[in-house]
Amino acid sequence: MPDITLPASLDGVELVRSVRTPARMEYTYTAGVATTRFLKGLAQGKILGERAQGGKVYVPSRGADPQLGVPTTEQVDLPHVGTLVSFCVVNVAFYGQGMEIPYTSGLILLDGSDLPLMHLIQECPVEDVHIGMRVEAVWVDASDLGPTLESIRYFRPNGEPDVPVRQPGEGVTW
Amino acid sequence: MTDDIGVLSAPLIIEYPFSRTTGPVIGAFLTGLREQILLGIRARDGRVVIPPTEYDSATGEDLTELVEVGPGGVVDTWAWVRHPMPKHPLQVPFAWALVRPDGADVGFLQPVDAGSLEAMATGMRVKPRWGDEREGSIHDLACWEPE
Repeated sequence: MPDITLPASLDGVELVRSVRTPARMEYTYTAGVATTRFLKGLAQGKILGERAQGGKVYVPSRGADPQLGVPTTEQVDLPHVGTLVSFCVVNVAFYGQGMEIPYTSGLILLDGSDLPLMHLIQECPVEDVHIGMRVEAVWVDASDLGPTLESIRYFRPNGEPDVPVRQPGEGVTW
Repeated sequence: MTDDIGVLSAPLIIEYPFSRTTGPVIGAFLTGLREQILLGIRARDGRVVIPPTEYDSATGEDLTELVEVGPGGVVDTWAWVRHPMPKHPLQVPFAWALVRPDGADVGFLQPVDAGSLEAMATGMRVKPRWGDEREGSIHDLACWEPE
């Protein structure tokens, strides 16, 4: 780094080395009709998926079949158990995290659905978390239910034996 | 499935608390603002550039000679803001202007609080208005006002 020359008026003054440059954006997020149906289901302690014409069940549904582009027509009250199909152990602290590290985020494929949900995996040491593990939802108290995915506190192992999990790309039909 | 549901809506705020290191040149510039001193840097062709850059814009060579400029300056060009946004530096109508401090050869984008559109003119003389609490940030230079 080259030496810089300062005017005499700054002799002996402590130099600035860093600045705070926060970036902030404020939105109003509107869920849309399909996500609203899903969120209202959560407020009733239900996990609602929607079945597309081709037979696949999406959760949360965006209201349309991504394969055919047609509206999803049938709501499906899904069970609260599923299989962990992927996960990530978070070891790095970040701003706004709100969780003690390490913790696990997982993709949970609920039984009878075709799209995994992302949620926390708890009540399981991070080193024991594995793909194929059977998990169940742990809900907040009934009085605390609301139209938010936080109505489910986390998923935990439910003790059932592991099941085989398709690897990415396997069985893809389109 | 019912269609007559009220759609849910909620505030969503995304915020990143970045801080960044300034390097020696911008660091010196911000130090100057804290001390109410404007600093430019001498380019390889002799021109004085503000805010100072670490490298010559034409040749890419290191620049090292910081030069005190101002405090007065000239408005080279400007645009009037009738309705300030919440993030604007002034909450009254003001001008964004290229202000060229005395001794500098280029202008830099600055707010000018002239009071009214009629008081603004290309070529007008302005002087800095410093913030009361300065911490080594671009906001230490609150705005400019007619000299």
